[in-house]
Amino acid sequence: MLTAILVAVAALFCLGVLAPAVRAGASGDIAHDLVYLGSALACLVAGSAAAWFLVGGQAASLNATLPMGLPWLPAQLRIDSLSAWFLIVVNVIGFAASVYGKGYGRHVDEPGRVLPFFPAFLAGMNLVPLADDAFTFLLSWEFMSVSSWLLVLANHRQPGNARAGMIYLVMAVFGGACLLLAFGVLAGAEGTYYFADMRAHPPTGWPAAIALLLIVLGTGSKAGGVPLHAWLPIAHPAAPSHVSALMSGVMTKVALYGLIRVMFDLMGDPGWGWGAVLLAVGAVSALYGILSALLQDDVKTMLACSTIENIGIIMIGLGLAQVFRVSGLGALAALAATAALLHVFNHALMKTLMFFVAGALQTATGTRALERMGGLIQRLPITAALALAGAAAISALPPFNGFVSEWMTFQAVLGSPQLAQWPLRFGVPVTGAVLALAAALAAACFVRAYGIAFLGRPRSPEAASAHEVDGWMRAAMAGLAALCLAVGVLPMIAILPLSQVVADLVGSPLPALADGPTLSAWVWLAPLEQGYSSYSGLVVFLTAVIVTVSVVAGVHRLANDRVRRGPPWDCGFPDPTAAAQYTASSFAQPLRRVFGTLIFRAVERVDMPEPGETRPARLEVRLTDPAWVALYAPLIAAVGWITERANPLQYLTIRRYLSLVFMALILLLSAVALSR
Amino acid sequence: MNATSPILLQALQFVLVLAVAPVITGISRKARSRLLGRVGPSIFQPYRDIAKLLRKDVVMAENASWLYRVAPYLVFALMWLATALVPAFVVRHPLSPAADLIALVGLLASSRFLLALAGMDVGTSFGGIGSSREMMISSLAEPAMLMVIFTMAMFVHTTSIPSIVDFVLGRPVGLRVSFALAVISLIMVGIAETGRIPIDNPATHLELTMVHEAMVLEYSGRHLALIEAAAMLKLLFYLSLIAVVFAPWGIAPAAATGPQLAWGAAAWLGKIVAGTLALAVFEVSIAKMRVFRVAEFLGGALLLGLLGTIFLYVSQSP
Repeated sequence: MLTAILVAVAALFCLGVLAPAVRAGASGDIAHDLVYLGSALACLVAGSAAAWFLVGGQAASLNATLPMGLPWLPAQLRIDSLSAWFLIVVNVIGFAASVYGKGYGRHVDEPGRVLPFFPAFLAGMNLVPLADDAFTFLLSWEFMSVSSWLLVLANHRQPGNARAGMIYLVMAVFGGACLLLAFGVLAGAEGTYYFADMRAHPPTGWPAAIALLLIVLGTGSKAGGVPLHAWLPIAHPAAPSHVSALMSGVMTKVALYGLIRVMFDLMGDPGWGWGAVLLAVGAVSALYGILSALLQDDVKTMLACSTIENIGIIMIGLGLAQVFRVSGLGALAALAATAALLHVFNHALMKTLMFFVAGALQTATGTRALERMGGLIQRLPITAALALAGAAAISALPPFNGFVSEWMTFQAVLGSPQLAQWPLRFGVPVTGAVLALAAALAAACFVRAYGIAFLGRPRSPEAASAHEVDGWMRAAMAGLAALCLAVGVLPMIAILPLSQVVADLVGSPLPALADGPTLSAWVWLAPLEQGYSSYSGLVVFLTAVIVTVSVVAGVHRLANDRVRRGPPWDCGFPDPTAAAQYTASSFAQPLRRVFGTLIFRAVERVDMPEPGETRPARLEVRLTDPAWVALYAPLIAAVGWITERANPLQYLTIRRYLSLVFMALILLLSAVALSR
Repeated sequence: MNATSPILLQALQFVLVLAVAPVITGISRKARSRLLGRVGPSIFQPYRDIAKLLRKDVVMAENASWLYRVAPYLVFALMWLATALVPAFVVRHPLSPAADLIALVGLLASSRFLLALAGMDVGTSFGGIGSSREMMISSLAEPAMLMVIFTMAMFVHTTSIPSIVDFVLGRPVGLRVSFALAVISLIMVGIAETGRIPIDNPATHLELTMVHEAMVLEYSGRHLALIEAAAMLKLLFYLSLIAVVFAPWGIAPAAATGPQLAWGAAAWLGKIVAGTLALAVFEVSIAKMRVFRVAEFLGGALLLGLLGTIFLYVSQSP
């Protein structure tokens, strides 16, 4: 199994290397087909192998040692249930993105800047979960960062993208540095960099706290937890849409894999405090992410902000799993971990679907601005129907998959009275309230996005003359939408493979699956015990279908069947200009007023011309990201100040440099002498 | 008399809620009229209105899409399903385990999601204003409702309604501060979600004050009939939910006999009619709020719900 995955990863690397050669030698079209169809095949192989490993269940883990890496540290690879789950997520989405890319890649401005790095990015994301020593882990992690950074810069001539690349690079370097130091602490003074050794001798006391803090910072900055989220809405949208989908849907999850690996596996028992940290970061991210998503005009920026929210939801689930695990509440820990890992999969599906939709909108209309779309349900009927499924799923509406994982997270929150720690007994319900608020705001956010983009009348000539996208793109979106519905109706198809992962992670299985996957477990999702809270996506879905069909039949039997078309009514004053419609910013105005003034310091300025003037009135809305003001701006200023001061050091003579080096040596030697 | 078939009872509940919902709206209108010194329409007027709407042609804007035509059916079906899943006269139905309280909130959210989208379909400014405000209200009301559910669930350790009812009936609960806060919060949510005064006025046609009416402004004929019926079901849903969770007395047990069922149905009808009358008194005694004060109203509901949960912790030491 591991061999199959490694062969697939090697194939992805080869595709990346081959792509420019084929482009130069044969033709761009062949390179295009080779890369996307080849990537799809490799993802299919790797994903099937990972799924087979997880479901087949022959071995708890498989190891391999590659003859590369550092001389004293050959690369260690290992697949266990946790890595298999993340490999499935990476490869399902990787497959979908490759299929989508087969169609979408034609619309990319400079395919030569995308083709080599796309398979390389996939390969990097496949390697991170496989790594079993710190060096391989960091190398794959950085490979993933660098290849995605190159993809962010694919459209480097577009204004803003160079800045996006710069910010992404800085954050990636910061995260990488944190991880490097964290693994240094984890390895200890004479320890090795093998994960197996770290697992055997987890640090305790202060080193453990420092290592965990660095891990939370390093992985959190990649995943987009507040306050290290600022790069997501800038960098994710800059890449081509199928890459944005991978970055938002998968790379953030791979980052969380790093967090789970260290906190749940390598560290042993880090205490409930770290669970509380995850809960707090998760709650803030969930609320902050969705509120900023509500106020965005750019579709892809909006989706990237919504990723911050969903990462927050997953972090809340992980935090709950951690505190329940440490408190010895195995069943609740299993529930929370299942909820979190299921949301990892669900969010990957729906966020990828929505980014694909954003790509389709961009292909069809040439813009990402919501305010220039409208009425696209008429022009792109299939994309519109699939987007509706994605919007419902991401708004956590039954019977789609987003609802299942949020429902399970809520059920885990309800277990908090059994906790012994007072801060948690108060904190967890507040987290639950924040989660509820975020879920409700997500619905508002996606009603707004869908309503402005697809409904109403076209707001620009491009939107009025848009065309449906090609078959590859529609196929990828349809597949993801079908999976969203399938996992929502029969959540057991994801929860069953997860049972082994959860059992390994928190030490106890989900009680509902204690006596195997019975028929009733497939139909009724009753995670803790029968008779306790339960939900059945299947029954709700089927009943809703039956009720709807009978309503349609009944109404058409009883009622008048005629339909007349006429101009819109609009209380008698329909305005024929499309600009008179509600816009994205006017839709968000009530919520901006309720939440925005407090959190984003929203300022609205109306510039109303005097009577008789002919210039148009203007409404200006200014939002301030509190994290920029409080964290990034001072940091940037400090870095600027230091570079200013350090600047003269660039122009010294060789004598002065040598004396500086000598002084540094003396200082270090005296430090060593003093410490001994 | 033997216990009746559970499936029959579930079917009966589907029919019953649909039959009763218009008359509840009729009673609320009649009561408001009487309190305002008017005679008011008959309490059966809503049936006639719906029948009239079903007979009329649908007049649809030229640019209305398939979503606009599909939405009323789905909105009505989801609302009907949700209302039929709240136990009315018997505590447990075969479909009860399919949707707990959180899932019922989810069903309501799905229904609202579709209706808000349908409001934006034609691209008129009223549709947009209605959808925007509806989502603003619901984004505050839904978490408040979930906090009420949390309060109940943390006390009873379940979110399934039949288990909550069994628990409340099974032992003397006594007065609890948490429950008082929760019931107030739930009533506030119900008032907001069903579009009653002071949040919205179901009888208004004054453009700038309407929320729900603005959203469905373009609808006519059978589509409007379905949407109106869904709104009536929503009122019944909240009355029924408050009755069953906070005052379940009289409801028939799971394996009930004929007289128990009849008594259960009578008790349910009595409770919801009492609730309707109380709502009418509340509505005529308060003025409509500005739309931006709604946030304060619902923020209050959310805080009450949260306080209810936290008080429960304080009173329940480990």
